Amino acid sequence: MQSNAALEYDYSVAKLFTYATILFGFLGMLIGTLIAAQLAFPELNYLLGEYGTFSRLRPVHTNTVIFGFTVGGAFATFYYVGQRVLKVSMAESKFLMIIGKMHFWIWFIGALFATVTLLMGYSQSKEYAQYEWPADIVIVILWVLWGVSIFGLIGIRREKALYISMWYYIATFLGIAMLYIFNNMSIPTYFASGGLGNVMHSVSMYSGTNDALVQWWYGHNAVAFGFTVPIVAMIYYFLPKESGQAIYSYKLSLLSFWGLMFVYLWAGSHHLLYSPVPDWMQTMGSVFSIVLILPSWGSAINMLLTMKGEWNQLTENPLIKFMVLASTFYMLSTLEGPIQAIKSVNAIAHFTDWIPGHVHDGVLGWVVFMIMAALFHMAPRMFKREIYSKKLLEAQFWLQTTAVVLYFTSMWIAGITQGMMWRAVDEYGNLMYSFIDTVTVLHPYYAIRALSGVLYLTGFIMFAYNMIKTMTSGRELSEEPQFRSPMA
Amino acid sequence: MFHWLEKNPFFFAVMVFVVIAFAGLIEILPNFAEASRPVVGLKPYTVLELAGKEVYKKDACIACHSQMIRPFKAETDRYGQYSLSGEYAYDRPFLWGSKRTGPDLHRIGNYRTTDWHENHMWEPTDVVPGSIMPAYKHQFTNLADLETAYAEAVTVKNVFATPYGDEFQGTRAAWEAHKPKVLADAAKIAADMKNKDVKEAVAAGNIPEVVALIAYLNRLK
Repeated sequence: MQSNAALEYDYSVAKLFTYATILFGFLGMLIGTLIAAQLAFPELNYLLGEYGTFSRLRPVHTNTVIFGFTVGGAFATFYYVGQRVLKVSMAESKFLMIIGKMHFWIWFIGALFATVTLLMGYSQSKEYAQYEWPADIVIVILWVLWGVSIFGLIGIRREKALYISMWYYIATFLGIAMLYIFNNMSIPTYFASGGLGNVMHSVSMYSGTNDALVQWWYGHNAVAFGFTVPIVAMIYYFLPKESGQAIYSYKLSLLSFWGLMFVYLWAGSHHLLYSPVPDWMQTMGSVFSIVLILPSWGSAINMLLTMKGEWNQLTENPLIKFMVLASTFYMLSTLEGPIQAIKSVNAIAHFTDWIPGHVHDGVLGWVVFMIMAALFHMAPRMFKREIYSKKLLEAQFWLQTTAVVLYFTSMWIAGITQGMMWRAVDEYGNLMYSFIDTVTVLHPYYAIRALSGVLYLTGFIMFAYNMIKTMTSGRELSEEPQFRSPMA
Repeated sequence: MFHWLEKNPFFFAVMVFVVIAFAGLIEILPNFAEASRPVVGLKPYTVLELAGKEVYKKDACIACHSQMIRPFKAETDRYGQYSLSGEYAYDRPFLWGSKRTGPDLHRIGNYRTTDWHENHMWEPTDVVPGSIMPAYKHQFTNLADLETAYAEAVTVKNVFATPYGDEFQGTRAAWEAHKPKVLADAAKIAADMKNKDVKEAVAAGNIPEVVALIAYLNRLK
């Protein structure tokens, strides 16, 4: 291994992605908070005319936090981590530098374009795959550019063995490529009908039950390869780096990686329990969801044990707090998911607010916490400045943790309440509640969730402020910190 | 083997791809032909209904409404017969949804009328006190895109052999010839509505989104 001192890494692409990730995070969470509030206070639907209804904004929220914030975070960290674990600088290759910058700008402009098309109502109406075909093509191009970056950097690497984080980045690249392309297969009607109608419109290659199967194979695994795999890549790099501890077990990381790769893809059909999809597929989805606990907990436990003997850092270093809590929420979420995938539980949970509750303890507690911690760790190294404020970081941590707890507890109660009321019958076997009864009863929980959104968004603004202050007025560092990130 | 793979990125990537592609091949492919077979008597959507489905997609009704009735007594009592695979054979995309902030709509055509929908889309709380659904007044003025709906019908006929008649051809002349049929369908819906602006627009050959949407919702049975 070469010494780090000899290499000057080039972070210009990582910085661009960092700025944009913060921007998209803010926008996505702002819209998320607004639509959460709309469910409690429907008058808020009319702020932006037809563009401001819950239904129009909900896909904007999900796509912005997925393809803007989370994927942006994966790119930002890749352009930082990739160079360092491969022991090669972006500055060594003009070609890769150009590819990296193109990758950024196509992604950034593409994401803005796609958001506008969604607001205008161009939508395939498949969850997390709403973008119409022109936006899909932009996504394919930027994804290929990312692939060129990954394998280009690998091609000129000095460190021959790929570090664990690289496994996960490669898997993210391949997984999303496969899933996205197959799920978005559609035929633009303008070209297939001799030039009639709107050029943006397309029709899915799959129909009905087939479409459902492909969509949830995609939908569930977009969660896998968007919200899990790149985040695991991050924690495998940043937790050891920040704590100065070696990864607890190489074998456990092997088991978790290959286990996750194999098992995750089967689990999608748990979104289709009790649907007209064949029974055996539903059962496969349930069974593999349970098995999925193993590789998920494998990674999380590997992370927690990495802190063995160094738990004092949890009280001293807020970034360790963020990462340890992220692993813990990862464990919670990957236990909760399999429970919901059990058929009899799913009968109550499906279609209710327990599902968004589950999604959000995963994304707010695990994904966003980990991305923020990663960016905080990168900031002093990229900008050669101390993190602006430790106090703000601590306050942010507790504020957002409280917000996550409020979010999932309120949605658990809301979901189970609604699921039970839908099926409640009186002594004669008649349904006890009309549908609207099961909506109005949820008002307090929706209000709590909206409050949690406000708290979480406030925390994210504190994060953004702290980052901007770090970039512009943090105390300058004379040399790169080795492990623990310095903060004022 | 793993150490070797970790030093050979190409084979590593190939290996990862094989492992992740495996499940899709085994789980999704076998059902493909069978699942897309329509139930007996199922008709493709009319052009007006397709235009309505576009409104349903555009305003993302799927964010709060499902179209999939599960085989539980509580659901069949509330919504009707549980859903069958073959009923969705012409649904591109499928619109089962994943969340019921509002009720299921798979058979809403059985128990709601044009008149009910008109009032409800204009102001949901007038019809269902306590509803948290937003009003969709813009659907009363925005025009439905009938030509695109026709283009979709032609596309699925040509590419997937969806049984539309011979008159469905990818030419402007064919569309102009079919258009009066669509306008007649719309006029039937508008006859049951009371909004003056909508009635006038339909009479003038402009179809507001809400008319197409109601045609689509009435078809869901």
